[in-house]
Amino acid sequence: MIVNTRTQVLLWTAQRTSAAVLALCVLIHLITMIYAVKSGLSAAEVLGRTRGNFGWAAFYALFVAAIAIHAPIGLRTIVSEMLGWRGAVLDLLVLAAGIALALWGWRAVWGVFV
Amino acid sequence: MDTLKVSVWRGSGSGGFRTYEVPRLESQTVLDVVTYIQRSLDPTLSYRFACRVGVCGSCAMTVNGKARWTCRTHVARVAEGDQIEIAPLANLPVIKDLVTDMSRFFDKWAQAKGQFHGTRTRADDFARVPPDSPQRQAVDAAIECIGCGVCHSSCDVVTWNPAYLGPAALNRAWTLVNDVRDTARIPRLAAVAGDAGCHACHTHMSCTERCPKNLVPTASIAGLKRAAAVAALRGEI
Repeated sequence: MIVNTRTQVLLWTAQRTSAAVLALCVLIHLITMIYAVKSGLSAAEVLGRTRGNFGWAAFYALFVAAIAIHAPIGLRTIVSEMLGWRGAVLDLLVLAAGIALALWGWRAVWGVFV
Repeated sequence: MDTLKVSVWRGSGSGGFRTYEVPRLESQTVLDVVTYIQRSLDPTLSYRFACRVGVCGSCAMTVNGKARWTCRTHVARVAEGDQIEIAPLANLPVIKDLVTDMSRFFDKWAQAKGQFHGTRTRADDFARVPPDSPQRQAVDAAIECIGCGVCHSSCDVVTWNPAYLGPAALNRAWTLVNDVRDTARIPRLAAVAGDAGCHACHTHMSCTERCPKNLVPTASIAGLKRAAAVAALRGEI
């Protein structure tokens, strides 16, 4: 077993903490999206606001980190409960999913920053 | 006289329902119905009961799809028209008819370190625990469990993950975590934490909704989650 009891509890704590971060991030994200759509901002105008803006980059980098922590831990539970699949292979797969989510997400954040 | 049409599970895992007609009486309990069938219609029916007054926790069955203590469940409250379906408790192996093998259920109490560990001997004075202290209040709220298995049978997480300790064992552990005389807090928190322990609970609250003693195992499990998380962050488990 690569995930011992203490790590299982810490994963649970990380998922709870990332959920709290996500609740705030999703709210800010939705308000921003509604504002952008209502104001009729073009893609170029949105990029004009995000490029070189450390505040938005930091916010979305945090958003991506929270997703990359929260989603794989939940996926691990869903797969184990619905498919009865448990153990080291599943743990490694969801770890890979978390790393992939983080890299893709941060790549997107980088794409609208530079 | 009105009659009830009672479908009763017969056999073990590979059995089926058989229907009996039972006279309907005033203030009749589901246990009365099962007893009538066994004594008057079919003596081969197996079921379990002892006290008949809601103390022993041995007569729990699945009545119209929900786990209940049958000795204190009135037919009038659960019959759908004149129909009742009675099956063994879910989430446990069926030995025969309405009798389940409860060993898995009680083994989980042992796995959750449900035994008290103290330091005093009979030579020592009584421990004095103030009745209004927060720990004693927490114990009081959870202590009246009769071990009927209704919560374990109603729990989705037990269905999905048979290794999950379940509401009753975790509720018992919570009473001991709050027992100021107990000395096994950290080993117990380690035993009830993680994927097969309190952190697997999804807070569906079926245990709390169905507990015949109106206990709130969900709150006990939430308490264990917090206590075990703090212990894990401190490196104690």
